[in-house]
Amino acid sequence: MSLNSRFLSLISIAVTTAAMLAPTVEAQTRRTAGAAAAASPPADNVRVLQVRPNIYMLSVGGSNVTVQTGKHGVLLVDAPLPSLAAATFAAIATVTPAPIRYVISTSASRDHIAGNESVAALGRTASGPGPALNSASNAVLLGSAQGMTILAHENVLNELTRATGTDAVSRNVLPTSEYFEPTKDFSFNGEPVIVYHMPNAHSDGDSIVFFRSSDVISAGDVFTPDRYPLIDRAHGGSVQGVLAALNSILAMTVPEAFADGGTKVVPGHGRLCEETDVAEYRDMVYIVTDRIRDLIAKGRTLAEVQAARPTLDYDREYPSAAVTPAMFVAAVYSSLVDEKVAKGD
Amino acid sequence: MKTQRSLPFGTGVIAVLLVQAAASVALAQDVDFSGAWSPLYHEDGPERLPGPELGDYTGIPVTDAARLRADSYDADRISVVTEYQCRQHSADYSMRGLATLRVDSEVDPATQRRLAFHTRIGFQAMERTIWLDGRPHPPPEGAHSWQGFSTGVWNGNVLTITTTHLKAYYLRRNGIPSTPNRTLTEHWMRHAEFLTVVTIIDDPAMLTEPLVRSQSWVLDPGQQMGPQQCEYVTELPGAAQLVPHHLPGTNPWLHMFADEYGLPYAATRGGAETLYPEYRSVMGQPAKPPPAQCDVYCICSTLFDCNRVPGTNLLGGRIPGVPVGGPARAVAPPAAAAPPRTSGAAQ
Repeated sequence: MSLNSRFLSLISIAVTTAAMLAPTVEAQTRRTAGAAAAASPPADNVRVLQVRPNIYMLSVGGSNVTVQTGKHGVLLVDAPLPSLAAATFAAIATVTPAPIRYVISTSASRDHIAGNESVAALGRTASGPGPALNSASNAVLLGSAQGMTILAHENVLNELTRATGTDAVSRNVLPTSEYFEPTKDFSFNGEPVIVYHMPNAHSDGDSIVFFRSSDVISAGDVFTPDRYPLIDRAHGGSVQGVLAALNSILAMTVPEAFADGGTKVVPGHGRLCEETDVAEYRDMVYIVTDRIRDLIAKGRTLAEVQAARPTLDYDREYPSAAVTPAMFVAAVYSSLVDEKVAKGD
Repeated sequence: MKTQRSLPFGTGVIAVLLVQAAASVALAQDVDFSGAWSPLYHEDGPERLPGPELGDYTGIPVTDAARLRADSYDADRISVVTEYQCRQHSADYSMRGLATLRVDSEVDPATQRRLAFHTRIGFQAMERTIWLDGRPHPPPEGAHSWQGFSTGVWNGNVLTITTTHLKAYYLRRNGIPSTPNRTLTEHWMRHAEFLTVVTIIDDPAMLTEPLVRSQSWVLDPGQQMGPQQCEYVTELPGAAQLVPHHLPGTNPWLHMFADEYGLPYAATRGGAETLYPEYRSVMGQPAKPPPAQCDVYCICSTLFDCNRVPGTNLLGGRIPGVPVGGPARAVAPPAAAAPPRTSGAAQ
């Protein structure tokens, strides 16, 4: 064998060896990168999670916005915080060029509704209403007759128009369409959209939204799996209403198989969920409520009930400064005392 | 005359060794777990076969939160609450179950590199994919499932698997809970016909330290795995909004385990301190002396053993000269009638 041929043989062997090693090294590199990506918290405050082909869950600074897309435009369930509105609209633009036509506000919670003004502003200019619907600027006009609707239960409008001082909101935040019956339905993007009122749950104006073809429920703040329920007692919220709302959601959800998959539930805050996630949460609320009811029956004051720590076994699973255990216990206690008074016990 | 210059002696041998080494490296990082496996029960037989006793928290480094949640647990919950009836075991629990395991391999047709293992465990069609292609885990807000999202990396010939996005479940069938925030780490090791899987569960809300357990399987190529289907049924009229549980301090079953085996009650309550040998010097004495004859899960490496009436053989026949000990499993309730499990008002 000549020198050249031997040299070529060695090169061939080396190339072969490198080729055999390459996938291993590459795969290992990719694994490392994947692990690092998994371990690192997302840098941005707006993340897009595709739930169905035409439904997205946007995690916006800890609150969730549901986005339905299609030929008729974009429907939002809840609006982003004003400070994150621009980033949210940019995120929506990555999945569809269509204009925003609907916002359904699930309650009067400012973290879900304050951004209505930012959405409305998409259709305004300094000199007044902006360009027409479906223009290249993606602009919309405020008001159902003009192309865009902000829909909520009438109690949301009532609360917002009554609010004064620091609670007061701009008129551009207000719903343009309200409902007062138990449900309201319409079709958008070829899909039945059914809005259900959940009385006296997180507040007195809660709605959940069911996208019937997509089999997705947007639950708003009646379901928040990363924290205890925020029960706004000052605005008609009650633990009994929260339990009823959670049971309503459970009645609507259908798992695909073996209690997995199937109906997706977008909560007001926290991860995307399914039926058994809602059941676990409902069970927690039920069990804590039962414990507090038992303590009330034994004559315990709120301070004594809080000291008994009826949420001890759940506190680390639902940690949130927004709803501390003491706040949750106080809201449940108050709800149950009111119930007791109403029953004349 | 053509001059032929030789390469230094041994160069060719080195080249061949390089090729072989490359192949060996590839093999060492890629063990094939494909096949049908049957679980072995020489570890933790009583817990895994008939199931754990109520109030038996031994061996689990539980937090106070987990202990209270387990004390409140009522097994009726997983039948009365219809949403739970058909659920699979979660991935961290299913490896300790009774069903057989099948592992299939998925390879990239172009490179023949292994992309994933697909596992199926017979009970409730528990199917899981263990991705080996380096893909990242979903973001925190992604949906959870019973089998979670698994990725694997090779450490020599050990496959280390990380699983996240698991749904809330239990660590032990008597109600010690796990949260959806836990992480499961597994080390899969194959020794010829045997597969050993070490599982490590990190769940800070429920465990003060990682829970480390191991399970073994034996290759069983002849097994058949049929289709699975489950449909829930309502077992109690009007129970759709009922959540069975025990109010704190009212669970009448918590002492049963300690009494049956003659153990100090405190030792049955679990916790990290009870896991280590030093605990024996401080665990105290049982409230009741151990029974003269163990008649509850004393020899228990198969279901036949576990359900066997003492004094009888595996076929139910009497063993000459040995008294028949009555039912192997004492199920009599405590002397006092169990109090209502819930106030019943939160419906």
